[in-house]
Formats: sequence, structure tokens, C-alpha cells
Amino acid sequence: MSELAAQLSEWRAAVSARLPPWWPRALAIALLAFGVVFPFLFAQTSDFLNATIIALSYVVFALGLNIVVGFAGLLDLGYVAFFALGAYTVGWLGSGFFFKANVHVLVNSFASSLPGVHLNFVLILIAAVIIASVAGIIIGAPTLRLRGDYIAIVTLGFGEIIRVIAVNGQDIHIFGGGQTLTAGEIGITPVDPVYLPGIGTFDQLHLRPWYWVVFVLVLIVLFVNVRLRDSRLGRAWIALREDEVAAISMGIPAVRTKLLAYATGAAFGGMAGAFLGAYYNEVNSDQFAFGFSIFVLAMVIVGGLGSIWGVTLGALLLSYINYYIIPQVLNTLPSKFGLNFQLTDVEFGIFGFLLVLVMILRPQGLIPERRRQLELTEGIGEIEVKEPAL
Amino acid sequence: MEASGATQRLPPAPRPLAAIRRHAGAWALPIALAILPVYYALQDLISGYTVSVNGHEVVYHNLTEIGQNLVNGVSNGAIWALIAIGYTLVYGIIELINFAHGDVFMIGSFTAAGFWGSIGLGLTTGPLGLVLGLLLTLIIAMATCGSLNVLIERVAYRPLRNAPKLAPLITAVGFSFILQNVGLLWLGGSPTGVPDLINENHVIFTVFGIVVRNADVLAVGVTTPLVILLAWFITRTRQGRAMRATAQDPEAARLMGINVDATISLTFLIGGMLAGAAGLVYALYETTIWYFQGFEAGLIAFTAAVMGGIGNVRGAVLGGIIIGCIQQISDARIGPEWTDAVVFVYLILIMILRPRGLLGEETREAG
Repeated sequence: MSELAAQLSEWRAAVSARLPPWWPRALAIALLAFGVVFPFLFAQTSDFLNATIIALSYVVFALGLNIVVGFAGLLDLGYVAFFALGAYTVGWLGSGFFFKANVHVLVNSFASSLPGVHLNFVLILIAAVIIASVAGIIIGAPTLRLRGDYIAIVTLGFGEIIRVIAVNGQDIHIFGGGQTLTAGEIGITPVDPVYLPGIGTFDQLHLRPWYWVVFVLVLIVLFVNVRLRDSRLGRAWIALREDEVAAISMGIPAVRTKLLAYATGAAFGGMAGAFLGAYYNEVNSDQFAFGFSIFVLAMVIVGGLGSIWGVTLGALLLSYINYYIIPQVLNTLPSKFGLNFQLTDVEFGIFGFLLVLVMILRPQGLIPERRRQLELTEGIGEIEVKEPAL
Repeated sequence: MEASGATQRLPPAPRPLAAIRRHAGAWALPIALAILPVYYALQDLISGYTVSVNGHEVVYHNLTEIGQNLVNGVSNGAIWALIAIGYTLVYGIIELINFAHGDVFMIGSFTAAGFWGSIGLGLTTGPLGLVLGLLLTLIIAMATCGSLNVLIERVAYRPLRNAPKLAPLITAVGFSFILQNVGLLWLGGSPTGVPDLINENHVIFTVFGIVVRNADVLAVGVTTPLVILLAWFITRTRQGRAMRATAQDPEAARLMGINVDATISLTFLIGGMLAGAAGLVYALYETTIWYFQGFEAGLIAFTAAVMGGIGNVRGAVLGGIIIGCIQQISDARIGPEWTDAVVFVYLILIMILRPRGLLGEETREAG
């Protein structure tokens, strides 16, 4: 095993030595260009494009959670709270839900003619980011003094509280006059489609514009993540994760640093939540179950805690498995073998089995963070000492 | 992350919550716990509550109603306590939140209901046959869940013993999904009724108007001996001592000649057996079972374990009973749709006032 790894790293070194110095930049530009033209390879309404859009929004979620769990080492099991808040921001500020209000800011002519609050999607995104990060700080505050897994249960508790409020929001009357807080399990629908002139119509028959919007969101989040990781704040997070006492005695303000991690992670959650709310054209309390938090956490851990590219890969992999491969590709498989059952009956089971398999084969994640990889191998295996060349 | 001891000597950082904790002092926790029952007890005494007697609305001013809530809470909490012990034992020994545990409990309910059906227990079975049959079912359910839990540990957690700490969490989630799928295929997607073998609503006795039903006696009557047996096992036997030693320091335990792997397997066996017992009691108590019950109960029981101080068996029992009472009061007074939120608000309060849980002690930090 280690021989194989050594062989691989040797090859990798040999390959990278022969590539020209502009190679990484060229690769990035090529990937970017591929990302932009990607939707033209598929029909506007194809299932694969639909799955891709959902997968990319999960990349945003996973990268947000990665800041909290991967960088700062705070196990958050209530990430669904930020999905809910982001989605409800769309429900509140981009639909006819507040039927008495009549607010229209930069929306298309159709939405302008409807009652309710209708803001442009960009404004809604900003609002979602603000609401979610404030909520992140509020949720983070009680956990500051807690030890490892106690954080998990308190965040889980907040997630569940927000879900219960969302479900029962129909019974909470605000502003009087029959206006409720949420529409519970009935759902707020329809939600305004994104209105960005110049890149086409956003509806269920035209998926490409949605793809581009979420693609841009992913780029923003990736950029912010990479820059944060290499920043003073990112190093402070990692220092707190590795040894809280040592970090505090080196002068890292633990409270502020941890709260910033919660707020940043939550901001991305709110952003992706707002996008998904608009994309699904519905904000329904059933979407905000605890399973969502676990699903995103699984992406982070399967990809490799703290590793930006690993988490991106993990999110894409698990979302494609869940939203495309199991329902679309594999569903007809049993009938091909003459078996009479729907694969959707066992989709949990398959998903669970894959999780177990991936973790046992690669416990450190698909692409482990380099720093963590060093920690994990340091002192355990033999420290390789290069023999002096004779 | 053992910050509490070390950071107190540092210059005070702005800690609003710490300030609240300091001022609240030792009384805050009992007061917080008592808010709900005391508030509703006073409400019952002062404004009274109406009960329909023979078609007439009668207003009572006494504590019977709240007492009834608490009795139901204790019996309901006894089931959560059995599941919570499984969480707390496993957490104490390998620091893993065993997400599959609730689903092992669900399999326990399914096995119990399936087994008593196949040995012919029904509503017409006589009392002696019923007791013997249910005892046999209890043994079968405990054995099934115990071995299932050991199997899961062997397949999904042991290979990851030296892996990053969160890796086994994901395999636990994976097994939780697999078991839920097994349950889904077994009995379908909607709740299934099971025969009310013990005539659960039959009133055994009444104290001050508080009704104690068969179901209450069953839940407490199964839980108490099992918990006593477990406490005896952990404190008095050689194996129990090995478990405590491994929980304190696996490396040192290994050096002292303890077979750590076998001890961990034993812990999973015990946790699984208690979950199996809880599964049987739950099936008889609720008379409906479904594949998702394990997920819900697991969340509640995990909360109970944390509330009591994770890693602490007495804490798990206490947490289970407290949550049972909160749930009953909330179900009866606030509305069942809000119960989950009330439970978690309580949990967060307790965590703020007492970050290590009610009976929690310093546990080993994962290194």
C-alpha cells in the first residue's frame, strides 16, 4: 500500500516537473470555460442539468459547513437552520406571501403587478446572507464554552427548533390580519423566479440560467473559502481547532474567532438556501428536516474535513448519487435483471451502504487536507528517511 | 478543548453567557427545570382546569392533572432512559455519537412484534402465557439487538478505530440509513398497529386521582431491574471494571492486559440489549411501530444522554425521565406539535447553565 503511494507520488512529481509553469493557471481557466459552456451539452430541461444545479447548491452548503466543522472544528448538526432561513428569506421577500404589502424593487413587470413583497434576487441573496449570519452568531453563542460533541447537540437543537417553528408557523400570527409567519407544510409557492436581465428566462423549462447563477455562487464561495483559509482568520480557526488552550494563550480571541466561523458558515448556508428556495419555486417546512444537516455533514467528511477541493468533490459526488444516479440511472436496473422492485425502495439503504464503504476505504476523506494528512501520519507510521544517494 | 480549567486564569474575555452563569449561581438549574411543572401546577391551582364528568363540565383546582403528566412522563421517560444508556455507554468508551442506535431500537420493536406474532401471542392469550411469551420475546429482542449492535461495531466502527474522529460518525449515519431501509421494507412506510397485548390503558390503581396504567407499570417495571442490573455489572464485575478502565484510558487499559476490542464489543452488546428491551416496551406502550420511530427516539434519547452528562449512566436515566416529563407536560399543555421545540429549548438552557450536563463529569478529551 505504502509502496503504491510512494510510486504514485513519484509519478506525480515527475509529471509536475515536466509541465510548464503556467500549467495550473491554464487548467483553472480551462475548467472555468468548461463550467460556463457545460449546460449547452444538455437539453434545457434535462434531468442531469437539474441534478447539476442541485449538486452545485449543495457545494455551496458543504463549503459553508466546512468552515464551521472543517476549519474551526465545531461540529454543527443544525446546519439545516440556515437553509431554512435562506429559503424563507425568498419566501418572505420574493413572493406574494405578505399579501397586504406592496413592495417592488427591481423586478420584472409581471411580479410588479402582484401584491406582496418582491425584491430582486440579488437583494434577496444579500438579505439571506445577513439574516443567516446573525442567526449563526445567535446559535453559536451558547456553544462557545461547550466541549466537542455538546456543541453538536446544541446546534442540532437549534436546527430542530427552527424546523418546528417553520412547521407550526401557520399558527403564529404576525402583524395581525391573518398574516402568518410561514406557510408550514403547505408551503409558500409560487416564489418569484430569479430576474436578471440578459441571461434569459428563469423557469422550469429553462434550466441553463439557473445553472449559471449557481455556478457564479460556487465560484464566489470557492474564492472566499480559499482566501479565508490562507488568511489570518483562517489560521486562527485552524489553531483553535488544533489546540484551543494554546491558541488562546497565543492571543487568539476565541469568542470572536468562533463566532466569525459560525457567521461565515451560516452566510453561505443562507445564500444556497435562498437559491434553492427560488429554484424549487416553493418554501415548504418539510424541506428542513434533520436529515439535511446530516447529508451536508456527510459531504464534508466524505470529501475530507477542511479540504476545499475534497469537500467540493464530496458534495458533487453525494448529490449526484442521491439526485441523479440512484433515481435516474439505477432505477431501471432491477427490471433489466428481471427483478420486480423499484430501486427507490432501497435508496436509503444504498446511500447508507455507500457512506459506510467510502469511509472504510478512505477514512481521511477523498482528498484530505494537507495539514491534517501530515498530522495523521506523523509519528504513527515510519518516518521516511531518504537514504543518501550513493 | 479543555478550556474551562485553563482559560479562567487568563484575563477575562468578554463572555456574556459566563456572566449570566456566574450570577445565576447554583440555583439556576433547579429553577429552570422546575419552571414548566411549577407554572402549570400554579395555573391548575389558581384558574383550575375543566374535566368532563358524565357530560358535565367540572372545574377542578388541584394538582392531579400535573401529577398525571409527571407519572406519564416518568413511564415514557423510562423507555428513553433505556435507549439513552446505549448512547452514553458507547460515547463513554469510544467517544462516538452512535447514530445507528435509535434504529437498532426500531429493529428491536419490529423483532418483538414479529416474534410474538409468530409464537401466537394475541389478545386472547391467558395471563400466564402472556407473561411467559413476553419474557421470551424480551430475551429474543435483546439478543437480536445486542448482536446487531456488535455486528455494526465490528463492520463499521472497528476498522475506523484510528481514523479521524468524525469518520465513524458517518458510518454510523450510513448504518442508520441501512437499518431504516430494512424497517421500510419490513413493514412499509406508514405506522403499523400492533395488538394491545397488555391492555395498556387498564387502570391498576389510583392515587389522589392520578391514574397508573398497565403501560406505566410495564415501562418502569422493565427499566428498573435492567438499570439496577447494569449498575451492578459496571461497578461490581471484572468485565464492568474493564469497561470503566477502557472508558478512562484505552491505551493504559490495554497495557494493563485488558482486551480493549472485546470490551468495546461488550459495551455495544449491552447497549444493543437495552435498546432491544426498549423496543419491546415501546411496541407494547405505544401499540404502533414504524420504521422512522428509531430516528425520532434516537434524537430524544441522545438529547437525554447529553442532558444528563454524556458518558454517565445515571445521568442518562435522569435525562430520559426529565425529557419524558417535559414531553408529557408539553403534549398536554402547549400542544404536541411544539413538543420537540420545548425539549430542545430545555436542552439548550441546561447546556448554558451547566455545560457538562446534569451529572456530567470531566470525560477524556479525544486526542
